[in-house]
Amino acid sequence: MNPSMLGATAARVLRQLRGDPRSIALILVVPAVLLAFVYYLFENETLPPGVPRTFNRVGLMMLAIFPFVVMFLVTSITMLRERTSGTLERLLTTPIHKADLLFGYALAFSIMAALQSLVATAVAYWVFGLDIKGNPGWVVVVAVLNSVLGVALGLLCSAFARTEFQAVQFMPVVVIPQILLCGLFVPRDQMNSVLELISNVLPLSYSVDALQEIAAHTTSTATMAADLLVMVGFVLSVLLLASPTLRRRTP
Amino acid sequence: MGHHAAPSVEVRALHVLRGKTMVLTDVDFSIPTGRITGLLGPSGSGKTTLMRAIVGVQRITSGSVQVMNRAAGSPELRHEVGYVTQAPSVYRDLSVEDNVRYFGAMHGRNRAQAKEAIDAVGLGGLAKRRTADLSGGQFSRVSLACALVSDPRLLILDEPTVGLDPVLRAELWERFARLAADGTTLIISSHVMEEASHCDTLLLLREGRLLAQLTPDELRLRGAADDLELAFLHMIKADIAGRAGAA
Repeated sequence: MNPSMLGATAARVLRQLRGDPRSIALILVVPAVLLAFVYYLFENETLPPGVPRTFNRVGLMMLAIFPFVVMFLVTSITMLRERTSGTLERLLTTPIHKADLLFGYALAFSIMAALQSLVATAVAYWVFGLDIKGNPGWVVVVAVLNSVLGVALGLLCSAFARTEFQAVQFMPVVVIPQILLCGLFVPRDQMNSVLELISNVLPLSYSVDALQEIAAHTTSTATMAADLLVMVGFVLSVLLLASPTLRRRTP
Repeated sequence: MGHHAAPSVEVRALHVLRGKTMVLTDVDFSIPTGRITGLLGPSGSGKTTLMRAIVGVQRITSGSVQVMNRAAGSPELRHEVGYVTQAPSVYRDLSVEDNVRYFGAMHGRNRAQAKEAIDAVGLGGLAKRRTADLSGGQFSRVSLACALVSDPRLLILDEPTVGLDPVLRAELWERFARLAADGTTLIISSHVMEEASHCDTLLLLREGRLLAQLTPDELRLRGAADDLELAFLHMIKADIAGRAGAA
């Protein structure tokens, strides 16, 4: 790995984004707007005393799911363009190491994701009174980790798409099952054993687990740390899988 | 960096099979350092595949391709070989300068060297413009600047003058001649035969086979025509007749 090539790649990806203010606005604003939807959706719920608001659970999980979905989409399209425009092949004739390219992308998009989750978390906290026991800083950490997961999966999936249309079609395959099974709709321990088993091997489940730990405890717990480690493991394995799809020599 | 006696590129018994088509058949030649070699042939004759094999991005079926005494595509060659594809491969959503600086960064080049490369292709006044907003000819010159910035010892250009006006084309050929004089080896493909006269040596390809390696003057002589295009046509006809006779 070469830090200057990695840095140049991250800076280049961010410059490409800067040339597209509309996308930046969408990345930063849309999660906050969707949070408002979730908030008003549960506005009139009647709860027995002592039961926490649904928004506290669902809103919190949304904070982790947004960056995952958005960065998956942004990355798979950007990387597909890189593959089809010939810039990837050109880059791979230069001394750049594949890891510089992969981590350059991951770095650039995780910076964007950090900004996105700062906005979304701030809105959830201060505008909608999201109430969790733990430190909201950890929420941002989970969100960034999720975005890097989205980047890694996007990089991998872009290898299997020939067109941008196909790339978008990977979203129902890769993203939606994870949203369904991560514990947002039904707690994972209440699923039937097959679905629970599947949810055990899906990375998003661990970030939702981590968020629930953060929500329930004032200090960071061992379970949360373990969840985050599992996430990091997922991210690194997916990046490792994506690496051979960047081929220097083609038929 | 002096001139080397050893050839810059050495291709031996190269075969490339793509799918079920033999794109290159038994291609054999070597290219000296510091010269301009023109790669000529009708479209579909295997020019691009041959260039890709020399760059090292093409998987080859048999034979060998050596560049500066190393196997084509070796990591040690990545600083030495510049490749400009026929379709410009640059980031359309970045400015000219950002494109050239990014590819320059892969070779440890700085801002001043990027500016030099941009000036060299005559885009100095447009450095801050978004690449997507440029005309076709300007666009392809951005791609060229991205290769020039690394100051490669071997520069491989696939149809670099397509879509350029005659003035620009003449300017580019002057630049190529200066690069060669400074010791850079250039391989330039073209299907415009009049450009062949700018080259020191020509490789004539037809249907994946190397028809001849000769100088423009030799081509005029062997093709029995002063016009290079006509000479090439004569050679192709003679080749077809020769093959029919042999069969």
